[in-house]
Amino acid sequence: MTTTIAKAPRSQVASPSRRKFIISSAAGGGLMLGWSLPFESALAETGTKIGAGGPEINAWVVIRPDDTVVVRIARSEMGQGTLTGLAQLVAEELECDWKKVTTESPTPGQNLARDRIWGDMSTGGSRGIRTSHDYVRRGGAAARMMLLQAAADQWKVPVSELTVSDSVITHAASKRKTTYGKVAAAAARLPAPDTKAITLKDPRTWKLAGKPLKRLDTSAKLDGSKVYAIDVKLPGMLLAAVKDCPVYGGKLTSYDESKVIGMPGVKKVVRVNDRAVAVIADTWWRAKTALAALPIVWDDAANASKSSATIAEHLTEGLNAQTAYAMRNEGDAIAAIAGAAKKVEAVYSTPFLAHATMEPMNCTVRVTADKAECWVATQAGEAALAALSGETGLALKQCEVYKHDLGGGFGRRGGAQDYVRQAAAIGKQMPGVPIKMIWSREEDMAHDFYRPISQCKLSAGLDAEGKVVGLNMRVSGQSINAFLNPVPVVEGKDDRQLQGYYADPGDAQLGYTFPNLRVEYAMRNTHVPVGPWRGVNTNQNAVYMECFIDEVARAANADPLVFRRALMQKHPKHLAVLNAAAEKADWGKPLPPGVFRGIAQFMGYGSYSAAVAEVSVSSAGELKVHRLVLALNCGHAVNPGQIAAQVEGSVAYGLTATLYGECTVENGRVKESNFDTYRILKMVEMPKVETVVVPTYDFWGGVGEPTICVVAPSVLNAIHAATGKPVRSLPLKNVKLV
Amino acid sequence: MAKLNINGKVRDVTAEADTPLLWVIREQLGMTGTKYGCGVAQCGACSVHLNGQVTRSCSIPVGAIKPSDKIVTIEGLSAKSAHPVQQAWAALDVPQCGYCQSGQIMAAAGLLKSNPNPSDKDIDDAMTNICRCGTYQRIRAAVHMAADLAKKGRPVAGTADSLTAEQV
Repeated sequence: MTTTIAKAPRSQVASPSRRKFIISSAAGGGLMLGWSLPFESALAETGTKIGAGGPEINAWVVIRPDDTVVVRIARSEMGQGTLTGLAQLVAEELECDWKKVTTESPTPGQNLARDRIWGDMSTGGSRGIRTSHDYVRRGGAAARMMLLQAAADQWKVPVSELTVSDSVITHAASKRKTTYGKVAAAAARLPAPDTKAITLKDPRTWKLAGKPLKRLDTSAKLDGSKVYAIDVKLPGMLLAAVKDCPVYGGKLTSYDESKVIGMPGVKKVVRVNDRAVAVIADTWWRAKTALAALPIVWDDAANASKSSATIAEHLTEGLNAQTAYAMRNEGDAIAAIAGAAKKVEAVYSTPFLAHATMEPMNCTVRVTADKAECWVATQAGEAALAALSGETGLALKQCEVYKHDLGGGFGRRGGAQDYVRQAAAIGKQMPGVPIKMIWSREEDMAHDFYRPISQCKLSAGLDAEGKVVGLNMRVSGQSINAFLNPVPVVEGKDDRQLQGYYADPGDAQLGYTFPNLRVEYAMRNTHVPVGPWRGVNTNQNAVYMECFIDEVARAANADPLVFRRALMQKHPKHLAVLNAAAEKADWGKPLPPGVFRGIAQFMGYGSYSAAVAEVSVSSAGELKVHRLVLALNCGHAVNPGQIAAQVEGSVAYGLTATLYGECTVENGRVKESNFDTYRILKMVEMPKVETVVVPTYDFWGGVGEPTICVVAPSVLNAIHAATGKPVRSLPLKNVKLV
Repeated sequence: MAKLNINGKVRDVTAEADTPLLWVIREQLGMTGTKYGCGVAQCGACSVHLNGQVTRSCSIPVGAIKPSDKIVTIEGLSAKSAHPVQQAWAALDVPQCGYCQSGQIMAAAGLLKSNPNPSDKDIDDAMTNICRCGTYQRIRAAVHMAADLAKKGRPVAGTADSLTAEQV
C-alpha cells in the first residue's frame, strides 16, 4: 500500500503553512489515505477491468449491448444529489442518451485492488463534485473518443468525419449510423487516448450538466424498496444492540450476563472493547430489550464531574486569557479601537450540536479467519475499510466494504468510522456469523462527534463618521482537529476553528476589509467528542461575525446592507452574492406591519452565500420566520434543481440549530437523548425559501454546506431589527425575545 | 403466534406481545420500507396505516393488534408507486436521503384520505414527521399536487384495496 500525500482543502488543514494533509484511519489503523488525481493511471490501466453486464470502456463508463450507460460513482450519496450531478458531468462529455444512464458504486476494495483508480472516495467538505469534476468529465470524454474510434475503425473512415449525439454515432457522408452499445466491445479493447488530446467542453455549452434534471435515485425512495444499511438481510444474520459508557473517557467495568442470557432470542453478550458491551440476539428488538435489562457497572473516571457550566467556565477563561493564537493581525486593532470615537463590544456563544441523522448508526459485519466484510452507510468507504482492517487485524486486501446510500450523513459518517470499528469488534467474537449492529436513537444521541462548542468576544471601533477603524475578535472553544487528530495541533494554532475568517481567497475568505484586524483562537478542549457537522465551523463563525457586524452597523446608524457594502469593496464576489440576495428579497422596500428583515453573508467550501430573513416577533415573544431568500455562487451549477434542494435543506438544518439545537452536558454525559429533548424543525416552522443561484463559471465551489451558515445570522439580525435587542446566545429556545 | 392483516394478506408472526409493531414488520415480516427513527413516536419514520389511520408503529405493541385490524405499509400503498402522493413526490423530486420519506408519504396519504383539499394550515397540522434533510418545502408542494392529481380521478385510498386500481 502506497501512501499518497497531496494538497488538501483549507478547511481541514491545521495551519496555513502545513498544506500537506493525510487522513489516517481512526485510532491508529494501518492505512493512511490521501488523495491522488487518478486520471493518468486510470487511463493507463490495463487488464483489471471489471464487468457490469457490458464492456468497461474505462473506470467511469460501462456500456451494455442495449445501450445502457453505467456511470461509476465513487462518492457517497447521502441525499445531497452528488450521484446525479456526477453522472450528468460524465454523460455531458460522453454525449450519451441521458434516458439510458444508470449508476453503480465501486467498492473500496475494488478501488484498492485497482490502485485507487477512482481516487478519493470520501464524501465530505462539500467536495463530492468540486474535487472530482475534472477527472470524471475527462473520463467521459475519453470514453467518447474510444467509442468514436471504434466506429471509425469498423467503417474504415477518419474519426474526424463522425458525429455523435445521444449515444448515436453518425457518418454523414455514407449515411451510416450505429450506437454506443454496438461498438462498446470494440471500444473497450482500444488503447486509451492521450490525455493531452482530451479537451473538455466549455460549461456554457453544456446540454445535460447545468440543467435541473431529475434525480436518478428517487423511485426506490417512494415505495419502500430502497435498501439502506439498516435494512440489510443476510442468511443466518444475528442482531446486536450496543451500549457505550455514557461518560466520555469512562470505561466498562463489568456486567452480569446471567440476568439476560435466558431472555428470548438472546445468543451472546460480548464486551466490545474497554468501554462498551453488546447483546446479540435473533432480532434487534430482543437484543435491545435484553441490553436494557443488563446490569452494567461503568467506571466514569474523572469526567463525571464535567457539566455545561464547567465547560462554559473553561471557554470563558479562554476568552479572557492573556494570550491566544493570532491567525490574523493586520495593523493594530487593539490600539485603533482604544482610540476610536465609539466602541462596540459583545460576547457570543453557541452550543454542542448532534448530527441526528434519521438513520441511526449501524453496520453489518461478517468476520472470518481470513476475510472481513461490512455493509454500511459511510461517507468514507476507504476509512471504513481501514477501520475493518484495523479492528480485525486482517490485511486491507482481505477486507471489503459494501457501501449503502446513507440515511443522512451531515459529517457524522465521515472519517472516524467508529461504528464500523465497533461492529467489527462484535463480529469477530462470532466468526462467520453475519451480525447487524444497530444503535438506538438514544445511543446515537449519546455518542456523536458533536459540533464543537465555542464562545466569541468581539470589539470594534468607529470613527466620528461611523467608519470602522478596527475589529478585534477571539474565538474560544474546542478544536475538531485536536480531537480527531488528522495532524497534530501545535500550540493551539488551529486555523480550521477560524473557518470563514481567512485572508486567503478561494476557500473560506472573510469578505470584509478592516483597516486594523486581529483574529484569534484560544483552543479550549473538553472531554466531549467533536467532529465536522454539516457546514462545520462556518456555522458559529458566521453567527459571530455577521451578528456583530449588524451591531456595529446599528452603532453607526447605518443600514446593515449599506454598511456591509462599504466594507466589501475589495471582495467583489462576496458583494455580488450579497447584492443578489438583497435584490431578490426587495431589501429596503416596505414590509407588512410587524415583519422585519435581517441580512448576512459568508464564505465556505469555496462558495459565496448570502441570506435575507423575514421574521416577526409577537408581543408574547413568539418568533415566526416567514421567508428566507438565499443567494449562492458555487462557481459551476451542475444541477440547479438539486442546488435549490440543498439550499432548502440547509435552511431546515440551520433553523433547527437556531431555534432548538443544543446538547448539554450533565455528569459528564450529553443529557439530550431523543427527538423529544433534541427538537428538530418541523413543517409548521419551515419558512418559504427562495434560492438564487448566481454561478460565475470561473471556479468550482461546494453546495451541500455553504448556505447553512447564513441562516442563523440573517434570522438573528431580523430579530434584532424587530425587538431592538441583539441575540448573542443560541439556541433561541433559551432566549426571551421580549 | 399472532395473525396480522398486512397489505391485504394475513400473516402469522411470532413475537413477544410487547414488541412494537414496527419491529414485527421489519424483522418478522421482512418489510423494511417502514423505518426506525426514534422509537418514541416523535419522528414518524415508522408511520403506517392502521384501519386507515396514520399510526406510528414504533409505539404500538403487536399484542394490541387484532386479527381484524388492517395494516398498510409503504409497500402496500399502491402498485408501482401509482398513488397520487407517490406520483407528486416523484414529480417534484421530494426525497433527498429518502430515509424518512416512507413515513412522510404514508402521513400525506392519510391526510388526503380524510381531507382531499388540505390548506397549508391543514398540512402543517397533519405533517409532523421529521425530515433531517429538510425537504419540507417540497413536501408541502407535493401534498398540494397530490390533492390535484387525486381530483383528476386518481384514487387516494391508502389501502391495499387500491393495489390494482391505479396504473399510470
